Formats: sequence, C-alpha cells, structure tokens
Amino acid sequence: MKSRSFLLALLIIALASLVPVVFRGNDYVLNLFVVAGVYAIVVMGLGILLGFAGQLSLAQAAFFGIGAYTSAFLTTRVSWNFWEALPVAVLASALVALAVGYPSLRQLSGHYLALATIGFGIIAQLVLINWKAFSNGSDGITGIPAPAIGSYTFDSYGAYFYIVLAFVVLTAYITARLKATRVGRAMHAIRENEMAANAMGIDATKYKILAFVLAGAYAGLAGSLLAHSIKFISPDSYSFDQSVVFLVMLILGGSSSIGGAILGAVILTFLPEVLRPLKNSYIMVYGAAVIAMIIFMPQGLAGLFGVLKRRFARA
Amino acid sequence: MPERGLLELRGLEKRFGGVTAVTNLNMSVREGDIHALIGPNGSGKTTTLNVISGIYRADGGSIAFQGTELSGMRPHAITASGVARTFQNIRLFAQLSALENVMIGRHPRTKTGFFGALVPGGATAREERDTRERAHELLAFVGLPDIAHAQARSLPYGDQRRVEIARALATEPRLLLLDEPAAGMNARETTDLIGLLRRIRDRGITLLLIEHDMNLVMTVSDRITVLNFGTHIAEGVPADVSRNPDVIAAYLGGAADVA
Repeated sequence: MKSRSFLLALLIIALASLVPVVFRGNDYVLNLFVVAGVYAIVVMGLGILLGFAGQLSLAQAAFFGIGAYTSAFLTTRVSWNFWEALPVAVLASALVALAVGYPSLRQLSGHYLALATIGFGIIAQLVLINWKAFSNGSDGITGIPAPAIGSYTFDSYGAYFYIVLAFVVLTAYITARLKATRVGRAMHAIRENEMAANAMGIDATKYKILAFVLAGAYAGLAGSLLAHSIKFISPDSYSFDQSVVFLVMLILGGSSSIGGAILGAVILTFLPEVLRPLKNSYIMVYGAAVIAMIIFMPQGLAGLFGVLKRRFARA
Repeated sequence: MPERGLLELRGLEKRFGGVTAVTNLNMSVREGDIHALIGPNGSGKTTTLNVISGIYRADGGSIAFQGTELSGMRPHAITASGVARTFQNIRLFAQLSALENVMIGRHPRTKTGFFGALVPGGATAREERDTRERAHELLAFVGLPDIAHAQARSLPYGDQRRVEIARALATEPRLLLLDEPAAGMNARETTDLIGLLRRIRDRGITLLLIEHDMNLVMTVSDRITVLNFGTHIAEGVPADVSRNPDVIAAYLGGAADVA
C-alpha cells in the first residue's frame, strides 16, 4: 500500500517532468503549468491548515503576496539573487503568519477565525497598495530577475517549470511526512474533536498556530516562485478573491489529500483558460462547474477516487 | 482521611454564573483503588471530573495530584502529568481509525516534532513503529484486537467506549477518570467492562469513575464518594455507603435495593 503510493508519486513526477518537452515552444501552456504548480504549493499549505487541523483561512493570497513582494524587493532593490531572496520570503510570510495566528488562534475558531483572516487579507493588500517605499504602490514592481545557477539562467517557462516542479515535490514530501507522523496526527485530532485532543495531551493551540504558520510559509514560497516567473507583480493579484480561489481549489481536490490539493490547483488553473472562448459568460459557467463538482463530490476528487477504488475492489 | 491520597480535592468550588455546581468538595482517591463517584443527576459529578481534568477552571480550593497542584494547569498539561480521561458523550476522533485514535493517545509520551517528521528512518521511524505497536497492544488489552482499521464512528457503541479507554491508557496515566463507562452497554458488555476495569487497576493505574449502574459500582469499587448538591455527603467502602441514611435519603430509597 505504502510502496504503491510511492510508485504513483514517482510516475506523476516523471510525467510532469515531460511537460516542458511535450509543450516545447508553447509558452502559453507552459506558463499555465508554472502557475498551476505554484498554486498547488499554496493549496497544499492551506490543506495542512484546513484539511489537517480544521482551521479556515481566507488570507492565503496575502501570504502569497508577502512572499512575492519580499522576494521582488530583495532582488530589485537590494540586488540579492533569487536563491538568497527565496528563503527570506518564506521566512517573512511565516513570521507574519505567526504574528497574525498567535493572537487569533488563541482566541478564535470557526467562522470568527475565518472573518479575522479576511480582515487581515484586506489590510495586507491595502498595505501593498499604499506602502510605496516597499511595494512601489499600484504600479507594482517590474524587472524581477529570473533565477540563475552559474551562467545558466532559468529564463524560459520550460526551464522555470523544473524549479517549480522541484518545489512542488519538496512541499508534497514535507506534507506527506507530516501527515504520516505524530504532528499530523495531532492536527487531525484537533480537527476531529478539539476537547478530546487536549485530553490526549495535545496542546491544540500550539498545533493550530504551527499549521497556520506552515500554510503562510507555503504561500510565501509560492509567491516568491511566481514573482520570478512573471517578473512583474502588482497588488491587485493578492486579493480576497484569490484567497477564495485557493480555498475552492482545496475543497474541489479534497481537503486532507495531498494529491487532491495538487489536482484541484491544476484543474482550476486550466478551467478558466478552457472556458476563455465563452468570453464574458465564462465566469458563470466556471461558477456553475465548481458548484456542480462540490455538490456531486462533497469529499472532493480525492473522495471520488476513494469511492471508485472501493467499488472496483468489490467488483 | 489521615493518609495522603494520589488525588486530594480540598474545598473545591465551581460556579456557573449564579449556579453553584460544586461547593466545598473534599475527596481523597487512594493509589491503587477503584474509586466511584456517585450521586443523583445534577449533583456535580461530571463538573468535578471536568475541573480535575482542566476543562473547567476551579473557582476555589485545591486539586493535588501526587503532590502537584493541578488547578490552573491547561488540560493537555494535566494529561501529560498523568491524569487521563474518557467522556460521558463519547468523543472519539470519528473519521479516524480505531488504531489512529489510540496512536494519538501516545502524543504526550512521544517526541517527533516538525523537523523530526521530515527525516524518514532513525529515531522517527522507531518511535512511529513503537507507537503503532503499543496502540495494537492496547486495543487487544481492551478486547478489540480485530478492529484496528475500522473507522471509529462505524463501531458499535460499546466498542467505541473501549476504544476511548484504550486511547486514554495510551497516554500512560497513573489516574484514569471514566465518565459513565457503562452507559449504553448491555448486561454482557457491562460484565466485560468490570473485568476490564480490574485489569486496568492491576496494571497499577488508579481509577476514578462516575457511574449510574449501581450493580457495577457496588461490585467493582474499593471506595465510593457520594455527592449531592455539589458536595460530598458520604465517603467509604461500598457496604458502609449503601447503609448510610444520608445516601439513602439522597437517592430516595434507590440505594436500598443494593444494600
């Protein structure tokens, strides 16, 4: 069972690494794969928070933005390189998540926590718009450099995809390890019954804060990765709407499934592009499609696969 | 009560707004005993358990466990110090397997943190294997060797109570608090439960249980504390307690059946 999911993961990584070969020269599609990979990282992080620990955040776009802006600032104004800026971007998002999560998770849960994170998300976007010295305001930051190793620059979407893929694999590995061991179990216990979790010696507040910080760190990592791919960022990308999209991706995929989180991100990155010929009515069809998927697959795609697997096992 | 008990409640007070749930409660639980806490509905039994386990904060008095003051400690720290509990309305981790439920109980006795989790093999793998083995042992100990991978909420009621006991035992308590362990059990299950309670005591674990099943209480208890209106009205061995006129009055003759 264990080795089978390991083989499945290897197969998916092998297939994914063929993407730049198959779509060589098609920058439009390659860019979508980069974006999908980046979103998958955010959604896996949100999966730790919501799927494992049962706590809802509607501020993931803000942490995504903090990562993007930290990285952009450090590489365009302080002339650090990508590899130096990336860990600092992750750390910055994690620290902001700690500062937000520590007071709110001690006091709030459920809908109240969700409302607090909405408030934070909106404040963060306003800060990005108005703190011109750091963010250059609504004009955004341009000329964000591509990563390089030695004399090789990851300038093409095809090459950049491999960097993103490496980080998707790394974060998926971290998430899977957490899920399989004591920390993940503690988080699952909190999701299932917080009072019983406390009675099992689990410091629920501590693990909720840890989940919140990890979700923030994943989003920060993803933000930095996307900034160095599109090379231009502006505050409007880091809106409440974007936070909702991340949440929908997770719910669609199946909130405590790692594969589901990745699949949800990929599908909802490509779906709007597939629907683009519909022009103005696309958002209506997109919305209807999402609602239908959630009604017919309440456990997400991961739950659907689980049902199909059991049905085949019985037949 | 001259000797110092494993658990000593002195002048315990708990109020909810204007309602006094527990007042001036004194109680001593001796090490190695099966100690029952009985009393009519609303007499403060569950409140007392919730105050001991830290779910409620005491408004006054002291809770000494092995000489350590528990009042003011948070629930997870109380469990880590050696007091585990089950719940009157079962609180299993419903969507997880029975095995995972019990494995979670190992939390305060294991160490793997975020960074430890990232390294496969080594100490993490050893601890994981050990946690799994202990959980299997405990499920077998409570008489459920074959349901490890069943989802907790799919189990019959009596089995759920046993999983909850196994989960509490996994925290390696010295004192186990059981809130109505026989509730919803049929006669056969109750008989099995009595055997289980004795086997738990034989492992050196002291038990404090709330129970309405008087047959179980009189059969299994070494000592009984009777509560009424939030305070103790009697404490002693079953034979004495069941003859105590205050107790009989509190139960309106209910205890006379047992005597």
